Amino acid sequence: MIRTLLRTSSTLPRVVRGHRWMGTTAQLPGPGHAHGHLPASTSPVTSKLHFFNSVMEGGKQIPTYRVIDGAGRPLEGAIVPEEIDEALARKIYENMVQLPILDDILYNLQRQGRIVFYMTAYGEEAAIIGSAAALAPDDEVLAQYRESGVLLWRGWGYDNVMNQCFGTHLDVCGKGKQMPVHYGSKELHYHTISSPLATQIPQAAGVGYALKRDPARRGKNCAVVYFGEGAASEGDFHAGMLLASTIPSPTMFIARNNGFAISTPSSEQYYGDGIAARGPGYGIHTIRVDGNDVLAVYSAVKEARRLCLEEGRGVLVETMTYRVGHHSTSDDSFAYRPRKEVEDRKRLDNPIVRFRLFMEARGWWSKDEEEALSKRVKQEVMTAYKKAETLPKPELSEMFTEVYGGEEPWNLVSALILCSADAANQIWQREQREELKRLVGKYGEAWEPWKSELKKHKGGGKDLLD
Amino acid sequence: MPMTQDAQMTVREALNAAMEEEMLRDENVFIIGEEVARYNGAYKVRSLAPNTATTSSHGCIQVTKGLLDKFGEKRVVDTPITEMGFAGLAIGAAFDGLRPICEFMTFNFAMQAIDQIVNSAGKTHYMSGGVLPCPIVFRGPNGAAAGVAAQHSQDYASWYGQVPGLKVVSPWNAEDCKGLLKSAIRDPNPVVFLENELMYGVTFPMSSEAMSDGFLLPIGKAKVEREGSDLTIVAHSKMVGHSMEAAEELAKEGIKAEVINLRSIRPLDIDTIKKSVKKTNRLLVAEGGYPAFGVGSEICAQIVESEAFDYLDAPVERVTGADVPTPYAVNLEGLTFPDTSVIVKAAKRALYRSN
Repeated sequence: MIRTLLRTSSTLPRVVRGHRWMGTTAQLPGPGHAHGHLPASTSPVTSKLHFFNSVMEGGKQIPTYRVIDGAGRPLEGAIVPEEIDEALARKIYENMVQLPILDDILYNLQRQGRIVFYMTAYGEEAAIIGSAAALAPDDEVLAQYRESGVLLWRGWGYDNVMNQCFGTHLDVCGKGKQMPVHYGSKELHYHTISSPLATQIPQAAGVGYALKRDPARRGKNCAVVYFGEGAASEGDFHAGMLLASTIPSPTMFIARNNGFAISTPSSEQYYGDGIAARGPGYGIHTIRVDGNDVLAVYSAVKEARRLCLEEGRGVLVETMTYRVGHHSTSDDSFAYRPRKEVEDRKRLDNPIVRFRLFMEARGWWSKDEEEALSKRVKQEVMTAYKKAETLPKPELSEMFTEVYGGEEPWNLVSALILCSADAANQIWQREQREELKRLVGKYGEAWEPWKSELKKHKGGGKDLLD
Repeated sequence: MPMTQDAQMTVREALNAAMEEEMLRDENVFIIGEEVARYNGAYKVRSLAPNTATTSSHGCIQVTKGLLDKFGEKRVVDTPITEMGFAGLAIGAAFDGLRPICEFMTFNFAMQAIDQIVNSAGKTHYMSGGVLPCPIVFRGPNGAAAGVAAQHSQDYASWYGQVPGLKVVSPWNAEDCKGLLKSAIRDPNPVVFLENELMYGVTFPMSSEAMSDGFLLPIGKAKVEREGSDLTIVAHSKMVGHSMEAAEELAKEGIKAEVINLRSIRPLDIDTIKKSVKKTNRLLVAEGGYPAFGVGSEICAQIVESEAFDYLDAPVERVTGADVPTPYAVNLEGLTFPDTSVIVKAAKRALYRSN
């Protein structure tokens, strides 16, 4: 198995090519150049004019932490976490394997027109499951969109996945009001996915702040936010890192550097040394880790969590991985990268294979078990799909609900009018609902296209007519 | 409406009292923003003369004065300069059960956070099927100030008023500010609370009921400030004061104008306006914002779509800010915002009495 991708630059994938060739670090003044410190500061004054542009010395990049090599063998000097026994290893492996199987089925369902949209996580199984395994089950997770593996690790189940993607009336995360893969679960501490990129980053700093304010959770839970290297270009990234470091709040930032932001390669996304180079700019603990090595990700996130809770401040983990699949079902990545590059990466640096070899070497896994697992997962996913496909969509009247929240009673001193959530609905909502009611009453039974469409919804529109 | 003249409060004091009372009542309530803590709220006020509008350069808020001393750093949080950042942080804290009051130095700067306000705070309750409520208040000065030019003077009432999922409040006097801010803080929804810098230093009488710490005003209900029978003037924020003065002027000529203080932009209390139009048959909307796609446009459209249309004896008049970025020169600035005489003139036009 090839451990590194040492090639001539012409065949290097674009994500690696083109790094700055002249990196310089800041230099402390030597004898003859030292002149005390700035007032009220430990910054030493120097008479030497010197510019710096790098975290690391000698033009090197920030090193990447790794535990097992491409063949699943622990590197010399690496420590395999002692809590990784057979049971935990199997749980991690099974979760890693189920992800692409689930993705395969749902991706194809989209291609067949049965669901509208889907996003796969091919190639990033180790980054997602490894980090999920290192968190407490009630750490608050704010994800971007490729981290459904965290939800599955926490036991969400295929039924919930299918109900959300198909927008059935059993969709717990949004009653069919969101695009597929925009999952959320209050019970499993996974914040509902929001489409605009990076908005979840400063919000995570806020969740961390709320955790710090709660005496029952202070020092026990942190906020964990996932984002890609592309989303890290947004102003929200800067804002979130800044606030988690200054306020401060216990927030773990996990950057999935997978080489692409739709078609933009990471070589065009930033000029500095990836996302890890930014951490020290905010004064927070930072590490770069091999995102395709599940044990490295696990160890790094475990330690990051400990630091985060101990200091109550932001911590940054950059996982280096590769997006094997397309950005989404609306993307064909072969329009901007050669098929061979993808095939090579799948073959030479496969997170699932690496961990499987590690397990097989310990006698914890076999080929038969591999087949059995594949078969079982496929069956379970297909069962969940078949169930969801037949379920009705939500009741029509749900279209108008939850624009506002309104359980809190008003508590007025004088005889002023009570303002309930209903009153808060705009006149147009009332009128729109009334109009839909009138039309459903008039055409619901009489016109075939409406009749068949209404049958797809729970209640067939009768909830409106009440 | 008769009120005991015992107590008086400036708008600034009313806002401060509202926040203090709510922070005492619920320890989840906290304030976050730039300069809210140590500086007691942005730059020092130039003129502290009572009963006048502040004539400060920019950012003379001081609404949070004294709160850091009373509640400490955990409840009054100073932030670095990133609206996107602290609005996002506040929204995340709200998702997780706290009740932030997020102060923007002006709503012009809130544009740097508008994605967080609209897409995250406004829409998440709906998109998550009620799983993630966002009980947050965004507050700060909105609209005209004095001598701070285009990027510090825009009125955002119609921008936020468009978004389902947000509630938008635009109070006028001290009583409005106290009752509505307390309601906004207790509301489980995101509320955009649009104050006005020129009103901060203005003193108003306060009834004993308004002074009590249980005093709440409902969001979504307008108030008839002055009854009349010849013309309905609808206004929000600072324009209510000008409308009241205009009604006085008109009364000298025997014209009885009814003045409605909108108090809330969303939900919009169209029922109160309709009822008034049916009585007076003439409608004028006075606002400080730009004319295009504004609060006046919306009220006009809703009236025309309703049964009140048949009661109109004249077209609806809109008195708005001029369609230019606010100029800096004092004389030009004065021409870009409506004042009492402009409202009087438009009122007469509605009554077919202009020259």
